Amino acid sequence: MKLLQALALPAALAALAEVGARMSGPSDAVAPPSAVALALVEALGDGSLVAATRDTLLGAFGGLAIGASIGLILGLILGAAPTLDRLLEFPVEVLRPIPSVAVIPIALVALGFGYSLEIAIVSFACVWPLLILTRAAVRGVEPRLVEVARALKLTPLDRIVKIVAPAALPRIFVAFRLAAGVSLIVAVTVEIAVNPMGLGYGVMTAGQALRPDLMLAYVFWIGVVGFGLNALLVSAQQRFFGRAARSEAAR
Amino acid sequence: MTALIEFRDVELSFGETLVLGGLNFSVRRGEIVCLVGPSGCGKTTALRVASGLMAPTRGEVRFDGARVEGPRRDVAIVFQDYAKALLPWRTAAGNVSLALEAMSVPRGKRAQRVGELLDRVGLLRHAFKYPSEMSGGMQQRLQIARCLAQQPLALMMDEPFGALDAMTRQSLQDEMLQIASAADATILFVTHDLEEAIYLGDRVIGLAPHPGRIGIELDVALPRPRNQVFTREDPEFLRLRRQLYDFIHTAEKGAAR
Repeated sequence: MKLLQALALPAALAALAEVGARMSGPSDAVAPPSAVALALVEALGDGSLVAATRDTLLGAFGGLAIGASIGLILGLILGAAPTLDRLLEFPVEVLRPIPSVAVIPIALVALGFGYSLEIAIVSFACVWPLLILTRAAVRGVEPRLVEVARALKLTPLDRIVKIVAPAALPRIFVAFRLAAGVSLIVAVTVEIAVNPMGLGYGVMTAGQALRPDLMLAYVFWIGVVGFGLNALLVSAQQRFFGRAARSEAAR
Repeated sequence: MTALIEFRDVELSFGETLVLGGLNFSVRRGEIVCLVGPSGCGKTTALRVASGLMAPTRGEVRFDGARVEGPRRDVAIVFQDYAKALLPWRTAAGNVSLALEAMSVPRGKRAQRVGELLDRVGLLRHAFKYPSEMSGGMQQRLQIARCLAQQPLALMMDEPFGALDAMTRQSLQDEMLQIASAADATILFVTHDLEEAIYLGDRVIGLAPHPGRIGIELDVALPRPRNQVFTREDPEFLRLRRQLYDFIHTAEKGAAR
Protein backbone atom coordinates (compact mmCIF):
# COMPACT_ATOMS: atom_id res chain seq x y z
CA MET A 1 0.00 0.00 0.00
CA LYS A 2 2.80 2.34 1.01
CA LEU A 3 4.75 1.36 -2.08
CA LEU A 4 1.72 2.03 -4.24
CA GLN A 5 1.38 5.45 -2.66
CA ALA A 6 5.04 6.24 -3.24
CA LEU A 7 4.81 5.21 -6.89
CA ALA A 8 1.52 6.94 -7.71
CA LEU A 9 2.93 10.41 -8.37
CA PRO A 10 6.01 9.27 -10.36
CA ALA A 11 3.76 7.06 -12.51
CA ALA A 12 1.44 9.97 -13.21
CA LEU A 13 4.38 12.21 -14.11
CA ALA A 14 5.83 9.54 -16.38
CA ALA A 15 2.49 9.25 -18.16
CA LEU A 16 2.38 13.02 -18.58
CA ALA A 17 5.95 13.02 -19.95
CA GLU A 18 5.00 10.26 -22.34
CA VAL A 19 2.12 12.27 -23.76
CA GLY A 20 4.17 15.47 -23.87
CA ALA A 21 7.15 13.87 -25.60
CA ARG A 22 4.96 12.18 -28.18
CA MET A 23 3.03 15.35 -28.92
CA SER A 24 6.12 17.51 -29.42
CA GLY A 25 7.61 15.11 -31.96
CA PRO A 26 11.15 13.77 -32.28
CA SER A 27 13.89 15.51 -30.25
CA ASP A 28 17.65 15.20 -29.59
CA ALA A 29 17.30 16.11 -25.91
CA VAL A 30 14.28 14.25 -24.57
CA ALA A 31 12.63 10.94 -25.26
CA PRO A 32 9.31 9.49 -24.10
CA PRO A 33 9.62 7.33 -20.96
CA SER A 34 8.61 4.24 -22.91
CA ALA A 35 11.59 4.68 -25.24
CA VAL A 36 13.86 5.31 -22.24
CA ALA A 37 12.61 2.11 -20.61
CA LEU A 38 13.22 0.22 -23.83
CA ALA A 39 16.75 1.59 -24.12
CA LEU A 40 17.37 0.68 -20.47
CA VAL A 41 16.27 -2.92 -21.04
CA GLU A 42 18.38 -3.10 -24.16
CA ALA A 43 21.49 -1.70 -22.44
CA LEU A 44 20.96 -4.07 -19.55
CA GLY A 45 20.55 -6.95 -21.98
CA ASP A 46 23.70 -6.39 -24.03
CA GLY A 47 25.84 -6.04 -20.90
CA SER A 48 27.05 -2.52 -21.67
CA LEU A 49 25.17 -1.00 -18.73
CA VAL A 50 26.39 -3.67 -16.35
CA ALA A 51 30.00 -3.14 -17.43
CA ALA A 52 29.66 0.63 -17.09
CA THR A 53 28.10 0.22 -13.65
CA ARG A 54 30.96 -2.05 -12.60
CA ASP A 55 33.53 0.51 -13.77
CA THR A 56 31.83 3.41 -12.01
CA LEU A 57 31.37 1.48 -8.77
CA LEU A 58 34.99 0.33 -8.85
CA GLY A 59 36.09 3.94 -9.16
CA ALA A 60 33.63 5.15 -6.55
CA PHE A 61 34.24 2.39 -3.98
CA GLY A 62 38.00 2.34 -4.54
CA GLY A 63 38.14 6.06 -3.93
CA LEU A 64 35.70 5.82 -1.04
CA ALA A 65 37.78 3.13 0.66
CA ILE A 66 41.02 5.07 0.36
CA GLY A 67 39.64 8.56 1.00
CA ALA A 68 37.39 7.51 3.87
CA SER A 69 40.24 5.62 5.56
CA ILE A 70 42.55 8.61 5.31
CA GLY A 71 39.82 10.93 6.56
CA LEU A 72 38.92 8.58 9.40
CA ILE A 73 42.48 8.21 10.62
CA LEU A 74 43.20 11.94 10.32
CA GLY A 75 39.92 12.74 12.05
CA LEU A 76 40.67 10.39 14.94
CA ILE A 77 44.14 11.85 15.37
CA LEU A 78 43.07 15.48 15.04
CA GLY A 79 40.11 14.92 17.35
CA ALA A 80 42.35 13.48 20.03
CA ALA A 81 45.27 15.91 19.62
CA PRO A 82 44.08 19.53 19.66
CA THR A 83 47.63 20.90 19.26
CA LEU A 84 48.18 19.01 16.02
CA ASP A 85 44.73 20.09 14.91
CA ARG A 86 45.62 23.75 15.36
CA LEU A 87 48.82 23.23 13.37
CA LEU A 88 46.96 21.59 10.50
CA GLU A 89 43.92 23.83 10.59
CA PHE A 90 45.18 26.21 7.91
CA PRO A 91 46.26 23.59 5.34
CA VAL A 92 43.05 21.64 5.90
CA GLU A 93 40.85 24.69 5.50
CA VAL A 94 42.67 25.71 2.32
CA LEU A 95 42.55 22.27 0.69
CA ARG A 96 39.00 21.43 1.70
CA PRO A 97 37.16 24.03 -0.41
CA ILE A 98 38.99 22.98 -3.60
CA PRO A 99 36.29 21.40 -5.79
CA SER A 100 37.24 17.84 -6.66
CA VAL A 101 36.66 18.69 -10.32
CA ALA A 102 39.51 21.18 -10.09
CA VAL A 103 41.90 18.37 -9.19
CA ILE A 104 41.11 16.50 -12.42
CA PRO A 105 43.77 18.21 -14.60
CA ILE A 106 46.49 17.57 -12.01
CA ALA A 107 45.49 13.93 -11.59
CA LEU A 108 45.20 13.49 -15.34
CA VAL A 109 48.76 14.68 -15.90
CA ALA A 110 50.03 12.51 -13.07
CA LEU A 111 47.99 9.35 -13.64
CA GLY A 112 46.55 9.36 -17.15
CA PHE A 113 43.11 7.94 -17.97
CA GLY A 114 41.69 4.95 -16.13
CA TYR A 115 40.73 3.66 -12.75
CA SER A 116 43.59 5.27 -10.85
CA LEU A 117 42.58 8.73 -12.07
CA GLU A 118 39.02 8.24 -10.92
CA ILE A 119 40.00 6.62 -7.63
CA ALA A 120 42.44 9.42 -6.82
CA ILE A 121 39.87 12.16 -7.35
CA VAL A 122 37.10 10.34 -5.49
CA SER A 123 39.55 9.77 -2.63
CA PHE A 124 40.29 13.47 -2.45
CA ALA A 125 36.57 14.24 -2.24
CA CYS A 126 35.87 11.57 0.40
CA VAL A 127 38.61 12.58 2.83
CA TRP A 128 36.81 15.72 3.98
CA PRO A 129 33.45 14.52 5.26
CA LEU A 130 35.17 11.76 7.23
CA LEU A 131 37.88 14.04 8.56
CA ILE A 132 35.57 16.82 9.66
CA LEU A 133 32.83 14.65 11.15
CA THR A 134 35.14 12.11 12.80
CA ARG A 135 37.09 14.91 14.41
CA ALA A 136 33.86 16.41 15.72
CA ALA A 137 32.60 12.99 16.87
CA VAL A 138 35.75 12.29 18.86
CA ARG A 139 35.66 15.74 20.41
CA GLY A 140 31.97 15.35 21.12
CA VAL A 141 32.35 12.24 23.26
CA GLU A 142 30.58 13.04 26.51
CA PRO A 143 33.29 14.38 28.85
CA ARG A 144 31.67 12.59 31.75
CA LEU A 145 32.25 9.26 30.00
CA VAL A 146 35.89 10.18 29.57
CA GLU A 147 35.99 10.82 33.31
CA VAL A 148 34.34 7.47 34.00
CA ALA A 149 37.09 5.88 31.92
CA ARG A 150 39.67 7.73 33.99
CA ALA A 151 38.00 6.80 37.27
CA LEU A 152 37.98 3.13 36.26
CA LYS A 153 41.59 3.44 35.09
CA LEU A 154 40.84 1.87 31.74
CA THR A 155 43.92 1.21 29.62
CA PRO A 156 44.35 3.59 26.66
CA LEU A 157 43.31 0.81 24.28
CA ASP A 158 40.19 -0.01 26.33
CA ARG A 159 39.39 3.67 26.51
CA ILE A 160 39.29 3.84 22.71
CA VAL A 161 37.63 0.46 22.14
CA LYS A 162 35.06 0.64 24.93
CA ILE A 163 34.32 4.35 25.29
CA VAL A 164 35.49 6.62 22.45
CA ALA A 165 34.81 4.36 19.47
CA PRO A 166 31.29 3.25 20.42
CA ALA A 167 30.42 6.80 21.40
CA ALA A 168 31.73 8.25 18.14
CA LEU A 169 30.84 5.40 15.76
CA PRO A 170 27.22 6.35 14.98
CA ARG A 171 28.32 9.81 13.86
CA ILE A 172 31.27 8.41 11.96
CA PHE A 173 28.90 6.13 10.09
CA VAL A 174 26.77 9.11 9.12
CA ALA A 175 29.93 10.66 7.70
CA PHE A 176 30.58 7.46 5.78
CA ARG A 177 27.10 7.59 4.29
CA LEU A 178 27.71 11.16 3.19
CA ALA A 179 31.04 10.18 1.66
CA ALA A 180 29.43 7.24 -0.17
CA GLY A 181 26.99 9.64 -1.81
CA VAL A 182 29.83 11.97 -2.70
CA SER A 183 31.88 9.11 -4.16
CA LEU A 184 29.22 8.22 -6.72
CA ILE A 185 28.68 11.85 -7.72
CA VAL A 186 32.38 12.51 -8.15
CA ALA A 187 33.02 9.25 -10.01
CA VAL A 188 30.31 10.08 -12.56
CA THR A 189 31.54 13.67 -12.81
CA VAL A 190 35.08 12.53 -13.59
CA GLU A 191 33.72 10.20 -16.25
CA ILE A 192 31.68 12.94 -17.85
CA ALA A 193 34.56 15.39 -17.73
CA VAL A 194 37.48 13.28 -18.94
CA ASN A 195 37.60 9.61 -18.06
CA PRO A 196 36.44 7.34 -20.93
CA MET A 197 34.68 4.70 -18.83
CA GLY A 198 31.70 4.03 -16.64
CA LEU A 199 28.18 5.45 -16.41
CA GLY A 200 29.21 9.08 -16.83
CA TYR A 201 30.98 8.28 -20.07
CA GLY A 202 27.89 6.34 -21.13
CA VAL A 203 25.73 9.44 -20.65
CA MET A 204 28.19 11.50 -22.68
CA THR A 205 28.51 9.12 -25.62
CA ALA A 206 24.76 8.50 -25.80
CA GLY A 207 24.18 12.26 -25.86
CA GLN A 208 26.78 12.77 -28.56
CA ALA A 209 25.29 9.92 -30.59
CA LEU A 210 21.94 11.77 -30.47
CA ARG A 211 20.34 8.94 -28.52
CA PRO A 212 18.31 10.82 -25.86
CA ASP A 213 16.51 7.60 -24.93
CA LEU A 214 19.78 5.86 -24.04
CA MET A 215 21.20 8.98 -22.40
CA LEU A 216 18.15 9.30 -20.15
CA ALA A 217 18.25 5.57 -19.45
CA TYR A 218 21.82 6.03 -18.15
CA VAL A 219 20.82 9.02 -16.04
CA PHE A 220 17.86 7.14 -14.60
CA TRP A 221 20.09 4.16 -13.88
CA ILE A 222 22.60 6.36 -12.01
CA GLY A 223 19.71 7.45 -9.84
CA VAL A 224 18.75 3.82 -9.22
CA VAL A 225 22.32 2.91 -8.26
CA GLY A 226 22.56 5.87 -5.87
CA PHE A 227 19.21 5.04 -4.36
CA GLY A 228 20.23 1.41 -3.83
CA LEU A 229 23.54 2.39 -2.29
CA ASN A 230 21.91 4.76 0.15
CA ALA A 231 19.17 2.27 1.05
CA LEU A 232 21.84 -0.35 1.76
CA LEU A 233 23.77 2.00 4.02
CA VAL A 234 20.68 3.23 5.84
CA SER A 235 19.60 -0.31 6.64
CA ALA A 236 23.13 -1.15 7.78
CA GLN A 237 23.11 1.93 9.98
CA GLN A 238 19.82 0.99 11.58
CA ARG A 239 20.97 -2.57 12.07
CA PHE A 240 24.29 -1.70 13.68
CA PHE A 241 23.63 1.60 15.35
CA GLY A 242 19.87 1.73 15.80
CA ARG A 243 20.04 2.13 19.56
CA ALA A 244 23.17 4.21 19.65
CA ALA A 245 21.81 6.52 16.97
CA ARG A 246 18.61 6.96 18.94
CA SER A 247 20.43 7.80 22.15
CA GLU A 248 22.63 10.15 20.16
CA ALA A 249 19.57 11.89 18.80
CA ALA A 250 18.06 12.12 22.28
CA ARG A 251 20.95 14.25 23.50
CA MET B 1 39.46 4.32 63.96
CA THR B 2 42.14 5.53 61.60
CA ALA B 3 41.78 8.11 58.87
CA LEU B 4 41.19 6.73 55.39
CA ILE B 5 40.94 10.05 53.56
CA GLU B 6 43.04 12.92 54.79
CA PHE B 7 43.06 16.49 53.43
CA ARG B 8 46.31 18.23 54.30
CA ASP B 9 46.37 21.98 53.61
CA VAL B 10 44.69 21.40 50.26
CA GLU B 11 44.76 24.54 48.15
CA LEU B 12 43.51 24.85 44.62
CA SER B 13 43.39 27.81 42.28
CA PHE B 14 41.93 28.26 38.82
CA GLY B 15 44.25 30.88 37.43
CA GLU B 16 44.05 33.82 39.81
CA THR B 17 41.05 32.54 41.72
CA LEU B 18 41.66 30.60 44.89
CA VAL B 19 38.91 27.97 44.98
CA LEU B 20 40.05 25.92 47.95
CA GLY B 21 41.95 27.77 50.63
CA GLY B 22 43.77 25.21 52.72
CA LEU B 23 41.38 22.40 53.61
CA ASN B 24 42.28 20.20 56.56
CA PHE B 25 40.03 17.36 57.57
CA SER B 26 39.91 13.62 57.50
CA VAL B 27 37.38 10.85 57.02
CA ARG B 28 37.76 7.78 59.17
CA ARG B 29 37.22 4.24 57.94
CA GLY B 30 33.56 3.36 57.83
CA GLU B 31 32.51 6.95 58.36
CA ILE B 32 30.03 8.92 56.27
CA VAL B 33 31.06 12.55 56.01
CA CYS B 34 28.85 15.04 54.19
CA LEU B 35 30.17 18.25 52.65
CA VAL B 36 27.64 21.06 52.42
CA GLY B 37 27.89 24.71 51.59
CA PRO B 38 26.46 27.45 49.40
CA SER B 39 27.01 27.08 45.67
CA GLY B 40 30.49 28.06 44.63
CA CYS B 41 32.03 27.04 47.94
CA GLY B 42 34.17 24.40 46.27
CA LYS B 43 32.52 21.28 47.68
CA THR B 44 32.44 19.45 44.37
CA THR B 45 36.00 20.58 43.65
CA ALA B 46 37.10 19.19 47.02
CA LEU B 47 35.50 15.87 46.12
CA ARG B 48 37.20 15.83 42.72
CA VAL B 49 40.55 16.48 44.37
CA ALA B 50 39.91 13.69 46.88
CA SER B 51 39.06 11.26 44.11
CA GLY B 52 42.14 12.16 42.11
CA LEU B 53 40.33 13.69 39.14
CA MET B 54 42.01 17.03 39.91
CA ALA B 55 45.37 17.78 41.44
CA PRO B 56 45.62 20.37 44.21
CA THR B 57 47.79 23.42 43.61
CA ARG B 58 49.30 23.02 47.05
CA GLY B 59 49.00 20.48 49.83
CA GLU B 60 47.88 16.91 49.34
CA VAL B 61 45.15 14.39 49.91
CA ARG B 62 46.27 11.11 51.41
CA PHE B 63 44.26 7.98 50.92
CA ASP B 64 44.94 4.95 53.04
CA GLY B 65 48.28 6.49 53.94
CA ALA B 66 49.42 7.21 50.37
CA ARG B 67 49.40 10.48 48.50
CA VAL B 68 46.58 10.66 45.92
CA GLU B 69 48.17 11.15 42.47
CA GLY B 70 45.20 10.23 40.30
CA PRO B 71 42.01 8.16 40.27
CA ARG B 72 42.28 4.78 41.96
CA ARG B 73 40.12 1.71 41.44
CA ASP B 74 39.49 1.33 45.17
CA VAL B 75 37.87 4.78 45.18
CA ALA B 76 34.59 4.83 43.30
CA ILE B 77 33.00 8.06 42.11
CA VAL B 78 29.23 8.47 41.84
CA PHE B 79 28.47 11.41 39.57
CA GLN B 80 25.37 13.55 39.84
CA ASP B 81 24.54 13.36 36.14
CA TYR B 82 23.92 9.61 36.01
CA ALA B 83 22.49 9.84 32.50
CA LYS B 84 25.82 11.05 31.15
CA ALA B 85 27.93 8.73 33.27
CA LEU B 86 26.35 5.54 31.89
CA LEU B 87 27.20 4.03 28.51
CA PRO B 88 23.99 4.41 26.46
CA TRP B 89 24.96 1.57 24.14
CA ARG B 90 25.31 -0.97 26.93
CA THR B 91 22.56 -2.63 28.93
CA ALA B 92 22.39 -2.36 32.71
CA ALA B 93 24.38 -5.59 32.92
CA GLY B 94 26.89 -4.28 30.40
CA ASN B 95 27.39 -1.06 32.32
CA VAL B 96 28.17 -2.94 35.52
CA SER B 97 30.39 -5.26 33.55
CA LEU B 98 32.52 -2.30 32.41
CA ALA B 99 33.93 -1.93 35.93
CA LEU B 100 34.63 -5.65 36.14
CA GLU B 101 36.36 -5.52 32.75
CA ALA B 102 38.47 -2.62 34.00
CA MET B 103 39.49 -4.75 36.96
CA SER B 104 40.34 -7.67 34.65
CA VAL B 105 37.76 -9.98 36.19
CA PRO B 106 37.79 -13.05 33.91
CA ARG B 107 34.86 -13.27 31.51
CA GLY B 108 33.47 -16.44 33.09
CA LYS B 109 33.07 -14.85 36.50
CA ARG B 110 31.56 -11.59 35.33
CA ALA B 111 27.98 -12.69 34.73
CA GLN B 112 27.53 -13.95 38.25
CA ARG B 113 29.11 -10.84 39.79
CA VAL B 114 26.95 -8.60 37.62
CA GLY B 115 23.88 -10.46 38.81
CA GLU B 116 24.86 -10.06 42.47
CA LEU B 117 25.56 -6.36 42.06
CA LEU B 118 22.34 -5.63 40.20
CA ASP B 119 20.46 -7.56 42.86
CA ARG B 120 22.00 -5.42 45.57
CA VAL B 121 20.56 -2.26 44.04
CA GLY B 122 17.28 -3.93 43.12
CA LEU B 123 17.81 -3.94 39.35
CA LEU B 124 18.17 -7.65 38.69
CA ARG B 125 14.88 -7.72 36.77
CA HIS B 126 16.12 -4.93 34.53
CA ALA B 127 19.52 -6.40 33.66
CA PHE B 128 18.87 -6.26 29.92
CA LYS B 129 17.35 -2.81 29.78
CA TYR B 130 19.28 0.08 28.32
CA PRO B 131 19.78 3.22 30.43
CA SER B 132 17.44 5.16 28.14
CA GLU B 133 14.67 2.73 29.12
CA MET B 134 15.18 3.34 32.84
CA SER B 135 13.91 6.04 35.20
CA GLY B 136 16.32 8.49 36.84
CA GLY B 137 16.27 6.59 40.10
CA MET B 138 17.04 3.32 38.34
CA GLN B 139 19.87 4.91 36.38
CA GLN B 140 21.44 6.26 39.56
CA ARG B 141 21.09 2.83 41.20
CA LEU B 142 22.82 1.39 38.18
CA GLN B 143 25.70 3.82 38.52
CA ILE B 144 26.00 2.88 42.19
CA ALA B 145 26.07 -0.81 41.21
CA ARG B 146 28.90 -0.09 38.79
CA CYS B 147 30.77 1.71 41.57
CA LEU B 148 30.23 -1.19 43.97
CA ALA B 149 31.67 -3.51 41.32
CA GLN B 150 35.01 -1.79 41.92
CA GLN B 151 34.87 -3.15 45.49
CA PRO B 152 35.91 0.29 46.64
CA LEU B 153 37.34 1.20 50.01
CA ALA B 154 35.60 4.53 49.68
CA LEU B 155 32.73 6.05 47.72
CA MET B 156 32.91 9.64 46.55
CA MET B 157 29.40 10.86 45.87
CA ASP B 158 28.78 14.20 44.17
CA GLU B 159 25.18 15.27 44.83
CA PRO B 160 24.07 11.85 43.65
CA PHE B 161 20.40 12.36 44.46
CA GLY B 162 20.18 16.05 43.60
CA ALA B 163 18.38 15.53 40.31
CA LEU B 164 15.80 13.05 41.63
CA ASP B 165 12.29 13.72 42.86
CA ALA B 166 11.73 13.80 46.62
CA MET B 167 10.21 10.33 46.96
CA THR B 168 12.89 8.60 44.92
CA ARG B 169 15.55 10.57 46.74
CA GLN B 170 14.36 9.34 50.12
CA SER B 171 14.22 5.70 49.10
CA LEU B 172 17.69 5.95 47.55
CA GLN B 173 19.00 7.56 50.72
CA ASP B 174 17.78 4.60 52.74
CA GLU B 175 19.06 2.07 50.24
CA MET B 176 22.44 3.77 50.26
CA LEU B 177 22.59 3.68 54.05
CA GLN B 178 21.73 -0.02 54.01
CA ILE B 179 24.39 -0.82 51.42
CA ALA B 180 26.91 1.33 53.28
CA SER B 181 26.32 -0.32 56.62
CA ALA B 182 26.40 -3.81 55.09
CA ALA B 183 29.70 -3.06 53.37
CA ASP B 184 31.04 -0.86 56.18
CA ALA B 185 31.78 1.67 53.43
CA THR B 186 33.56 4.97 53.87
CA ILE B 187 31.70 7.74 52.10
CA LEU B 188 32.46 11.34 51.27
CA PHE B 189 29.13 12.80 50.22
CA VAL B 190 28.63 16.22 48.65
CA THR B 191 25.16 17.75 48.79
CA HIS B 192 23.49 21.14 48.96
CA ASP B 193 20.56 19.63 50.85
CA LEU B 194 21.18 20.28 54.56
CA GLU B 195 18.63 17.73 55.75
CA GLU B 196 20.10 15.08 53.50
CA ALA B 197 23.55 15.79 54.93
CA ILE B 198 22.36 15.36 58.52
CA TYR B 199 20.20 12.37 57.70
CA LEU B 200 23.04 10.46 56.04
CA GLY B 201 26.15 11.67 57.82
CA ASP B 202 28.13 10.73 60.86
CA ARG B 203 29.65 14.14 60.46
CA VAL B 204 28.69 17.21 58.44
CA ILE B 205 31.30 19.68 57.28
CA GLY B 206 30.08 23.07 56.12
CA LEU B 207 32.28 24.96 53.68
CA ALA B 208 32.36 28.73 53.47
CA PRO B 209 33.05 30.22 50.01
CA HIS B 210 35.75 32.46 48.47
CA PRO B 211 37.97 30.61 49.03
CA GLY B 212 36.41 27.30 50.05
CA ARG B 213 37.31 26.61 53.65
CA ILE B 214 35.80 24.77 56.57
CA GLY B 215 33.30 26.97 58.36
CA ILE B 216 31.58 24.48 60.60
CA GLU B 217 31.98 20.86 61.58
CA LEU B 218 29.15 19.00 63.30
CA ASP B 219 29.03 15.51 64.74
CA VAL B 220 25.70 13.88 64.06
CA ALA B 221 24.83 11.87 67.15
CA LEU B 222 21.61 10.42 65.78
CA PRO B 223 20.97 6.70 66.26
CA ARG B 224 21.21 4.30 63.33
CA PRO B 225 19.44 2.82 61.51
CA ARG B 226 17.89 6.13 60.61
CA ASN B 227 14.30 6.55 59.68
CA GLN B 228 12.77 9.08 57.31
CA VAL B 229 10.05 9.95 59.84
CA PHE B 230 11.52 9.55 63.31
CA THR B 231 15.06 10.71 62.56
CA ARG B 232 13.81 13.84 60.85
CA GLU B 233 11.59 14.62 63.87
CA ASP B 234 14.34 14.07 66.40
CA PRO B 235 15.06 17.27 68.39
CA GLU B 236 18.76 16.72 67.77
CA PHE B 237 18.09 16.61 64.00
CA LEU B 238 16.18 19.87 64.22
CA ARG B 239 18.90 21.48 66.34
CA LEU B 240 21.59 20.48 63.81
CA ARG B 241 19.45 21.66 60.93
CA ARG B 242 19.02 25.05 62.56
CA GLN B 243 22.73 25.32 63.25
CA LEU B 244 23.65 24.43 59.67
CA TYR B 245 20.99 26.71 58.25
CA ASP B 246 22.33 29.65 60.26
CA PHE B 247 25.83 28.85 59.08
CA ILE B 248 24.88 28.66 55.41
CA HIS B 249 22.86 31.85 55.71
CA THR B 250 25.80 33.79 57.11
CA ALA B 251 28.21 32.18 54.65
CA GLU B 252 26.01 33.23 51.74
CA LYS B 253 25.73 36.77 53.06
CA GLY B 254 29.49 36.83 53.44
CA ALA B 255 29.84 35.66 49.86
CA ALA B 256 27.50 38.35 48.58
CA ARG B 257 29.44 41.06 50.30
